Amino acid sequence: MNSSFFFGISTIVYLLAMIAYIAYLVFRKNPVGIAATCATVAGFVSQTIAFCLRWKEFADIGQMGLLRAVPLTNLYESLVFFVWCIILGYLIIEWKYKTRSFGAFVTPVAGVMLAFISIGGVSAEIQPLVPALQSNWLLAHVTLSFLSYAAFAISFATAIMYLILGAEKRGQLAYIFWTATLALFLTALIAMGLDFLTLKVSARSSQTFIQNYLFKATFRNESGAVMIVSVLFLFAVMFLVWRFGYMLRTLIQSFSITADMLDDLTYRLIAIGFPVFTIGGLIFGAIWADQAWGRYWSWDPKETWSLIIWFVYAFYLHARQMLGWRGNRIAFIAVVGFAVTMFTYLGVNLLLSGLHSYGAQ
Amino acid sequence: MEDEGKKQNGIVDRVWDFFASVKLAVIIFALISITSIAGTIIEQQAGPEKNIMLLNKIFSISDAHTVYKGMAAIGLTDMYNTWWFIALLLIFAMNIVVCSLDRMPGILRSMREPIKPLPPERFSSVQAGRKGLLKAAAGKSEEIVTEALRKIGFKGRVETAGGVTQICTEKGRYGRLGVYVTHLSILFIMLGAVAGMKLGYNGSLMLLEGMSSDMVKLNNGKEIPLGFEIRCDDFDVTFYPESERPKSYKSVLTIVENGREVLTKEIGVNAPLTYKSITFYQSSYGFFANRNALFKFRITPGGGAAKESAVKFGQEFDIEGSGFKARVVDFSPALAINSEGELDTFAEAMINPGALLEFSEGDNVRARQWILRNYPETWETPIGSIEFRDLWGAQYTGLQARKDPGVWLVYIGCVLMATGMYAAFFMSHSRIWILLQEESGATRISIISASNKNRAAVGRKLDRLMEDLTGSKALPDQGGQS
Repeated sequence: MNSSFFFGISTIVYLLAMIAYIAYLVFRKNPVGIAATCATVAGFVSQTIAFCLRWKEFADIGQMGLLRAVPLTNLYESLVFFVWCIILGYLIIEWKYKTRSFGAFVTPVAGVMLAFISIGGVSAEIQPLVPALQSNWLLAHVTLSFLSYAAFAISFATAIMYLILGAEKRGQLAYIFWTATLALFLTALIAMGLDFLTLKVSARSSQTFIQNYLFKATFRNESGAVMIVSVLFLFAVMFLVWRFGYMLRTLIQSFSITADMLDDLTYRLIAIGFPVFTIGGLIFGAIWADQAWGRYWSWDPKETWSLIIWFVYAFYLHARQMLGWRGNRIAFIAVVGFAVTMFTYLGVNLLLSGLHSYGAQ
Repeated sequence: MEDEGKKQNGIVDRVWDFFASVKLAVIIFALISITSIAGTIIEQQAGPEKNIMLLNKIFSISDAHTVYKGMAAIGLTDMYNTWWFIALLLIFAMNIVVCSLDRMPGILRSMREPIKPLPPERFSSVQAGRKGLLKAAAGKSEEIVTEALRKIGFKGRVETAGGVTQICTEKGRYGRLGVYVTHLSILFIMLGAVAGMKLGYNGSLMLLEGMSSDMVKLNNGKEIPLGFEIRCDDFDVTFYPESERPKSYKSVLTIVENGREVLTKEIGVNAPLTYKSITFYQSSYGFFANRNALFKFRITPGGGAAKESAVKFGQEFDIEGSGFKARVVDFSPALAINSEGELDTFAEAMINPGALLEFSEGDNVRARQWILRNYPETWETPIGSIEFRDLWGAQYTGLQARKDPGVWLVYIGCVLMATGMYAAFFMSHSRIWILLQEESGATRISIISASNKNRAAVGRKLDRLMEDLTGSKALPDQGGQS
């Protein structure tokens, strides 16, 4: 039994959990809810086993010691870890807030993402590390960065839900903002899904993927017609989300999720993500850069954008805790924070060059 | 300071208030972020060509030149060193200093003063929290409550004043310093960075195997002396099988000072060498074909003993006991067999070096054979085994040399920031006050608690405490946040 076997199991179990969570929302029966939670936990355990096995497989093939064989070096592995973080975060929220309302949103995302990843290419391929990445700092730097990204991702979801609840009229700025953001986000996800399906690229390193394959099936296609269709599709999604956005609002309201709870959750997630990002992403990154390149800070685009993430969330924390900002405008900052995070992850490698562009073969 | 400060609203106070405001902080966050974005899009410290090409995507070529000139004039092409960006960082630093000083007296006072008992009337309000009857003999109640507190990790202090007994306790008081430690750490890092920029340097040097240098070339083109000589004795790069992906690259470096070899060390990526506060990092490598490079062979003639040999390109050498001479007539750094079955050079780096040896007897060429370093089966020749060990002197190592007297300040800053962040976000300051009142043979206890974070966890602990003391959980906690 290898790691793919357990990944397969968790994919299926997450999808079963999704059905159970939806059933729970419809029938409101406790046993159904407990079954949903059990399924999610089972999927999570299976995925954890898979992660450990993958680690061992990587160590065996790469022969560079267990500590350095972090299975987070290609796109497949990083996305799987991302799903793992999101499920972990969700389970903690479910336990702390005693609510299963979010389950119906989170498990489909996890299940569908894992399914896409396994359809999208050979998963077993393991790439050995170039010398710069052969360091014990890789483990701390990469895992903590991803953990914080995941916390920011969930805070983005809760902030968007907050805006959905808060904006009542279609002409309102907050309404236009959240519909446009959500549409952009959905379209990007669909476009990436198409990349996976048509180009079979999940075994690539994420840098190679971002530079050479991201949006190649749609927005960056060689054929101009496909590009135009993609842009038109984006506008269509924007219009549809804008037109029917109020349905989402009714949906969230029916799950007995309150705006206060969403605001509180957003804050708590950022209060976890921010220190983890500072320590794991910025500090460990700087120490590692100091040892590998002789510069702890070189204003390389990836570094600078990480600093921007840091400032945006510092802005959020100071504005909320010290200046008492609440409501739509603080939720807006949280959304901007995640947009900047996404740009740091995808956009910097796609559009800007710098030291972090490994695998730019 | 509240009252005196308001009265004499002089210029000093106004400047002070300006720098002490959180509003300034968030504005600075936004300004630094926005200006930094420009710095990641516009190529920094690069020649005009790259940026003009970039601008040409939006503007016509003549407009691109004009726009570039404008950008260069306000320093956007080297913006992290412009006066206005440095001014932003300075205001940021001032903001941190003044904010911290402003709040310091209050914080120090609260750090010095341990928890005080609450006025008894606070316990009688409806929201006072958990209440219950202690089923114990009167005199012993203080001991029992203190013991129960110990079980949930708190050290109680008994205070008796005016006939009222209160037990108060707190935990994580120093966690409140986390914010200030974090702010202080930023100053350390900035100070370290300034020290590094003013007193240190960052440069590079390229050393061919066997060569040495006592100068380092800075990024601005200036050359400065190291004060000693550094020599590359050997360089070696290995690749992953069947790929051009380097697995590791290492240089053996020797420091020569006043004509004496003082230190020899092998360095690699992530494993630098430091001598006299200058650190040498392995940063790149390359192949440079030249006539002085030496082919190193280990020759084992049929039945004879092995012998090392080092020859230049084209130089004849004897193969003892065979009467043959040999010389290298062709070389390739990366040899492979292509689809047509011919030998083919596929890369510039020394991935699979091969030497074409020509064997001659007297004046007659007898044979030619390619010998590949990575393939022992090619070493067997008609006159014995010739192992191709290395081509020495044809690879150069690219080193990054750095002197940074401020780096230790940065490291202290990093440690402080990690500790401060941990304290600020993951430690909570919880306080508990328990009032004990004698009531016809039993003791009535009332509990008030306050916590600046994670109130639910404290609540759960208090539930356990109540269960321990009274046998039931009593009222839920309504403790306030402070």
